[in-house]
Amino acid sequence: MSKHGYRLPRGGLIDRTRTLRFSFGRQTFDAHPGDTLASALLANGEHMVARSFKYHRPRGILSAGSEEPAALVEIGADRARSDPNTRVTEQEIFEGLKARPQNCWPTLGFDIGALNDVIAPFIPAGFYYKTFKGWPGWMAFEPLVRRAAGLGRAPALPDPDRYEAVNRHCDVLVIGGGPAGMMAALAAGRAGARVMLCEETAALGGTLLSRDPEMLSVDGKAPAEWVAAIRAELESMPDVAILTRATAFGYYSHNFVGVWERVSDHLSPATVPQRMPRQRLWRVRAKEVVLAAGSIERPLVFHENDRPGIMLAGSVRTYMHRYGVLPGRRIVVATNNDSGWDAALDMARAGGEVAAVIDLRSEMAPTHLTEAARRGIAIYGNATIVGTEGRNRISRVAVRPLTRRGGSSRPVEIECDLLAVAGGWAPNVALFAQSRGKLRYDEQIEAFRPGRSWQHERSAGAANGFFGMAECFAEGARAGADAARAAGLDPKPLAIPTVPASGQIGQGPIRVIPELPSNRPKHKIRAFIDLQDDVTTKDLGLAVKEGYRSVEHAKRYTTSGMGTDQGKVANLNAFGFLASVRGEAIPAIGTTTFRQPYKPVTFAALAGQHVGDLFAPRRTTAMHDWHRAHGAVFEPVGDWLRARAYLKEGESFHAAVQREARAARATIGVLDASTLGKVDVRGPDAREFLNRVYTNAWLKLAPGKARYGLMLGEDGMVMDDGVTACLADDHFHMTTTTGGAARVLGKLEDYLQTEWPDLKVYLTSVTEEWAVVSLCGPECHKLVSDLCDGLDADPEKFPFMTLRDAHVGGVPVRVFRISFTGELSYEINIKASYGLWLWQQVMEKGAQYGVTPYGTEAMHLLRAEKGFIIVGQETDGTVNPLDLGLIGMVKMKGDFIGRRSLFRPDSMRDDRRELVGLLTSDPNMVLMEGAQVIGGEAESEPPVPMLGWVASSYFSPNLGRSIAMALVKGGRKRTGEQLWVSRRDGAPVAVMVTATDFLAAREKADG
Amino acid sequence: MFLIRCPWCGERDIAEFAHGGEAHIARPEDSEELPDSEWAGYLFLRTNPKGVIAERWNHQAGCRRWFNMLRNTATDDILAVYKVGEPRPEVSANLPATPSGEAAIGSGNDAAKVMAPGERGGPVA
Repeated sequence: MSKHGYRLPRGGLIDRTRTLRFSFGRQTFDAHPGDTLASALLANGEHMVARSFKYHRPRGILSAGSEEPAALVEIGADRARSDPNTRVTEQEIFEGLKARPQNCWPTLGFDIGALNDVIAPFIPAGFYYKTFKGWPGWMAFEPLVRRAAGLGRAPALPDPDRYEAVNRHCDVLVIGGGPAGMMAALAAGRAGARVMLCEETAALGGTLLSRDPEMLSVDGKAPAEWVAAIRAELESMPDVAILTRATAFGYYSHNFVGVWERVSDHLSPATVPQRMPRQRLWRVRAKEVVLAAGSIERPLVFHENDRPGIMLAGSVRTYMHRYGVLPGRRIVVATNNDSGWDAALDMARAGGEVAAVIDLRSEMAPTHLTEAARRGIAIYGNATIVGTEGRNRISRVAVRPLTRRGGSSRPVEIECDLLAVAGGWAPNVALFAQSRGKLRYDEQIEAFRPGRSWQHERSAGAANGFFGMAECFAEGARAGADAARAAGLDPKPLAIPTVPASGQIGQGPIRVIPELPSNRPKHKIRAFIDLQDDVTTKDLGLAVKEGYRSVEHAKRYTTSGMGTDQGKVANLNAFGFLASVRGEAIPAIGTTTFRQPYKPVTFAALAGQHVGDLFAPRRTTAMHDWHRAHGAVFEPVGDWLRARAYLKEGESFHAAVQREARAARATIGVLDASTLGKVDVRGPDAREFLNRVYTNAWLKLAPGKARYGLMLGEDGMVMDDGVTACLADDHFHMTTTTGGAARVLGKLEDYLQTEWPDLKVYLTSVTEEWAVVSLCGPECHKLVSDLCDGLDADPEKFPFMTLRDAHVGGVPVRVFRISFTGELSYEINIKASYGLWLWQQVMEKGAQYGVTPYGTEAMHLLRAEKGFIIVGQETDGTVNPLDLGLIGMVKMKGDFIGRRSLFRPDSMRDDRRELVGLLTSDPNMVLMEGAQVIGGEAESEPPVPMLGWVASSYFSPNLGRSIAMALVKGGRKRTGEQLWVSRRDGAPVAVMVTATDFLAAREKADG
Repeated sequence: MFLIRCPWCGERDIAEFAHGGEAHIARPEDSEELPDSEWAGYLFLRTNPKGVIAERWNHQAGCRRWFNMLRNTATDDILAVYKVGEPRPEVSANLPATPSGEAAIGSGNDAAKVMAPGERGGPVA
């Protein structure tokens, strides 16, 4: 045998006519199409592929499937596509595949982190809870511990691949494409059901592909032939969909199942077709589900059971018959049930030298004993493994009788390079448990199996605790028919495939020993339960001793069953050991909770198409392109992008805002206000409705007039504000804040539908129907008159808070004289399709007045000069109208939303935070928004008594100084008082409490 | 991921709906007269039962109608949906128990998952 010495001369489902090259670490190897990374490495004699999480012990390949705990590597050619924690047992080989070991430095063979193994006695489970406390505390150690911990490295660059999500409905979803799953799909498919069949691996067949075709025939055919025939029939059915490389990872309520399909992970990135996604998420809503996800073999728990070269016996069979690899030359098999013997004889038939079979049981099947004896295999019944040797791969097993009689305790040492362990099969009940079905413990198989179902599902085959091949076929047919019937179809009985008598047998009687006895003292036994998290029996014993008796507590204390594998092979052994330590039966201690996802699913697949520009809707106004062409920088407001400021060549953001804010009070400023929420309120009771939702009175507002309104929640806190205009007696145009539009409309609809269904009012969102150009400045009425045909906008004739219908170049517009700046201001509303055109008209005709576009930042500054609030800046859901000094906005008579809450004792406290102005003694000092307001010049010892915080703060070019608004306890009574505002990097700043209208204060002072 | 039958549109995925809290809590009309404690009850206090609750739901990404639902919070079974203004339907007193069969109060971990002898599919006593 050469370097390829572990590849069997024949057999397996690989394509031996082609050879692929792949690399692992610095080495390059050959493989065949059909290989997984695991089978290819094993064929090349590479058992050790990883280091463990905590002790950095050498880790080999334990299994052949998704249950693999420790054989994790990093896949990918570059820093964008690197994929950590990939199970070598699942990654398929493609030409040029690059894999790297992880969790080791500098190399896999020589890893500094393995020092942890030397000090292992000092770092048992929970050591850091006990160690890293007191001075300087966990916070100081955490960065170090975090750096030392962790598996793999996340990709460093954005993900370049495509992912997609698909919604699917079906009558019957079959999970698992083995013998039971295929029969279930066939039974349901023939009945005419819409079927989805999901198989986790690349091919249908399941355990059928792990059997020697010369020993097992199905209906007289080789298993693979039978699988191909059934697959062909299923594919010919138009309503049957077969997904391979697809894992059902989550069973949620109402029969919603998440399926994760790896569409192109098995292809070389260079050969992936352009439009093909990397992975796909299927969101499946199934009427009925068949769970046929098979079973998982558990290892045996003995001293030094974690060396590379120790593999599950069933997995060895998979490597032999599916991949044509026998991962060892001199083999020892340790078992506690019949399936280990089947594996041993399989290996012997394939040419392996089976040195010994060690059985924990004293009674073994006579057929097995005879066959083993005939093949010259040494048999150790009623025996235990007391230890193993071999640094990076097993080289020797020590065995002795379980019951010591006389002085026969001296162990026999057997040389080997592969130890196949068979600890019994456990039904894969993860999805069943996720569906909230109730497990029951079956003493026959010493494992949990599905008990009472909760949702519309049933388990079949090995997933249901039946391990014989004939049973799996019959179970699958039954479950498929049952599911089809439950989905309303009429299935016909199905002929069950015949298998030879040897195919009937499952695992037979089983003898589980929670921890195999060794010759060493108890405290020196290192028997691993969880190979990924390095949890030993000693750790679990310590957990119980320290009071973490519940399985859930012991799991968290020891990390057993955590990590990327969630203890698929470990959990049952952990429960068994805990039960033995507690002196109770396994069913009495129960299981940990099975949670979604069954195995790690990429965030990218869950996010699907909703990334980047498609993450959330991005709304832009009709004038957006103009803004972009004129130096605008944007900010997101709700779903909208708004121009924040228009930067001239070489101008800083701050300078632009100052220039824009100056222009709006000196010449004419123009703002794109299209994003404000607009609701058309219509109906005979519209007026009454407004009167109930706003704090102020609306019954007497005449057509053609507008009013500012404040909207509260029932808790009395400010929710939204805006100007609403009366168009006709039964027709109003309401505006809301940009971000609050959807929330306000939803809330108003709620009240109309549920509280006041007697009111005849109809609400329509018209936000996007109108583009709004807001003009501001002492001379802006001239521009409005110039623009509008036959409208004299002279403020004397066009009073404040009124509106006019007019035309611009023949296009109808609505002009409102309202103001958010305190300056003379008009808002022109035009159909959105004319928005850009109107804006251009404004710029053209306004040029002679020096018209200046201004963005939202200048708008915020301008309104702060006047002391106007912004909902969400001066309010945070704990601020009521009285706090804002808006008692004038609250009507005295009649109910409105939130009114009663204004009279709650808490609303009437006199130390509530109130909105005030703050002026720094240094006019150039601009306070930080969010900074805390305190009562003293120096910060006292923490906790410092906080009086409130700065809500808005700007440098005002029009006032020539900084201004700020703040919410301060009992604020208005403090007017004229000196307070301080704390800073992160410096002494607190002295401020004077003032009224909020800074413009009025200046005029008075100037007056 | 509930499958919800909107009384106007039929069965739809939960993603189309918004939950609106407990149903049948009418806004007091005489709030002026209400003592603070009763108003606080209307504002803040909800029943939060383990078992049947009447809830408000809104078909937000659909017809935008509000409707009511009876749901068993212990099992997530939707027992009834009905339009606003319709009386709360009577549901069978023989409600499905929680999957793990635990008592109405408590989390039902560990031992609660054990199946009793004689229970369907369970070990024979």
